[in-house]
Amino acid sequence: MTAAVLFENVSRHFGAVRAVDAVDLAVAEGEFFAMLGPSGSGKTTCLRLMAGFEQPTAGHIEIFGETAEGVPPYRRSVNTVFQDYALFPHLSILENVAYGLMVKGAAREERRKAAEDALAMVKLPGYGVRRPGQLSGGQRQRVALARALVNKPKVLLLDEPLGALDLKLREQMQEELKSLQKSLGITFVFVTHDQGEALSMADRIAVFNDGRIQQLGTPEEVYKQPRTRFVADFVGSSNILPPEFVAQLGAAPQFASLRPEAISLGQSGHGRLVLDGTVLSRSFLGAANRVLVIVNGTRINVMSPAAASIPAEGDPVQLSFDRTDLHLMEAAS
Amino acid sequence: MSAIAQQHAIQTGRGSLAGRVSDFLWKHPHVFLTILLGPPLLWLGIIYLGSLLALLLQSFFSIDDYSGLINYEFTLATYRQLLNDANFDIIIRTILMAAIVTLFSAVIAFPIAYYAARYARGKWKAIFYLGVMLPLWSSYLVKIYAWKLILAKEGILTWLVTKLNLLWLLDAWLSLPVIGGNSLSVSYTGTFIVFVYVWMPFMILPIQAALERVPTNLIEASSDLGGTPQQTFRHVLFPLALPGIVAGSIFTFSLTLGDYIIPQIIGSSRLFIGQAVYAQQGTAGNIPLAAAFTVVPIVIMGLYLWMARRMGAFDAL
Repeated sequence: MTAAVLFENVSRHFGAVRAVDAVDLAVAEGEFFAMLGPSGSGKTTCLRLMAGFEQPTAGHIEIFGETAEGVPPYRRSVNTVFQDYALFPHLSILENVAYGLMVKGAAREERRKAAEDALAMVKLPGYGVRRPGQLSGGQRQRVALARALVNKPKVLLLDEPLGALDLKLREQMQEELKSLQKSLGITFVFVTHDQGEALSMADRIAVFNDGRIQQLGTPEEVYKQPRTRFVADFVGSSNILPPEFVAQLGAAPQFASLRPEAISLGQSGHGRLVLDGTVLSRSFLGAANRVLVIVNGTRINVMSPAAASIPAEGDPVQLSFDRTDLHLMEAAS
Repeated sequence: MSAIAQQHAIQTGRGSLAGRVSDFLWKHPHVFLTILLGPPLLWLGIIYLGSLLALLLQSFFSIDDYSGLINYEFTLATYRQLLNDANFDIIIRTILMAAIVTLFSAVIAFPIAYYAARYARGKWKAIFYLGVMLPLWSSYLVKIYAWKLILAKEGILTWLVTKLNLLWLLDAWLSLPVIGGNSLSVSYTGTFIVFVYVWMPFMILPIQAALERVPTNLIEASSDLGGTPQQTFRHVLFPLALPGIVAGSIFTFSLTLGDYIIPQIIGSSRLFIGQAVYAQQGTAGNIPLAAAFTVVPIVIMGLYLWMARRMGAFDAL
């Protein structure tokens, strides 16, 4: 099957800065694909390369099998939901949503109908006469979505679309985006720096750092089998154990990742590895307690269910975990 | 204990006169505003608006044709005089010139402003500002006399055109009725060129300011939605820059309406409104008619702003 978006050895350099450096990726058709990374990691530049706002310094880009480098944005069947929505302030909501159809020469009545349908789809029926300035952030976000989707794009690009929303609204929109993507069957490429968002929404995640993809896989793979220390730390903030420490546990002397929720306080079950440590600090997170324990000079975070009893600061404590939860990564550099 | 920890949560007043004044003004913000705005408002109210009203009032008096004295009785006779053929010609001529100068300035200014707002950075931005502002720092009269020399029959422009073997074109242009003349420096074309030159900064700067406020991602959004550069200009860039263009056109239009020096030095001997005002209040001593003439630009500018508003020029503000 042809990939919806294909990057072959794509680089985008700004002078000496390598914003995107030799990236290979293939987004499958109908997939919800997330590009995750800290700011400056190259994920947004990759999105802009797909949209056509940037041209690659080197490499080859295909969209549904057709060469995309050198093609201007207005000739790509790709639409973008911008980070701060980029609604046209001088146009009504209806005119904003109908803009793509208007520049492509659709008849007035046809585009009015399509725009109203799109507004209904994002649950803003009857908002067409208002101006962007009269809408809340969440509503503007929906308008931006409708404005992109009304063009029936082959690929929808979303640049941190939920970044400006508050937590409750963000969770609600995550659900809606996910179900919208399922029902429309359009390929979504989603840029985010929020690993929780990427894990919960995406079919596959590309984790970016320093202009390169660190790991590309399903949310489970990326979470459970991080390939590098960066991925382990960035996705779900794992405990990264140094090679010497790992060697003492009887494993190969490599960096290893151990998820905080895989560790229990106190000895429990057979065949589990046990460590002796001291409680450094603890904090209540609602659903769980986070306990910071120091073992042989290495700090280990433990996520303990709220119901479990927690030793006091300074108390000795035993940690236990299953050997299979110890995930080995790269060797010592 | 640190010094900060020893202080009271609420500190006592500083006690000095300045401290007490500060406390008082903080509690009575309207007093503060009155002190702040009183002097400039008095200045504006009395000197500026007052003189304007006095001027308006003058236009409703008339002049006694025999004695040359002002007859202080309300009448519309002066306005009737304003609308006689000769005077009406002056008004039409001035408005046409102002409109063409404004249109042409906008067309020339837009690309320059666009470059400065979108592309110029660092050194080039400084060069842009310097280039635009520099002509404003030198004397207006010197510039106009310089242009007179440039445009004269023996001037550098004619010399250049001759060198380019295009003298026939210049001659053909000058032989045209109305806009032509003996040489550029005594034709409406010359007046037009100098008006455009002199008012250009007043058009470039507001457009540049308006364009700088247009976020780049709106341009990208238009392109992303399928808008060609031409469509993006028409549907996004131009409407959003329109308040700046209108602001610039207010300058160029009203400055051209009121100017009396440029048409006097460069152009045919036919009068513009500014020259008519100058002549009426000076040599002719007809203050009421001079006042009536000055009312014309005020009315036109009022109409212009009202129309611009109705056309939605300020919607994007």
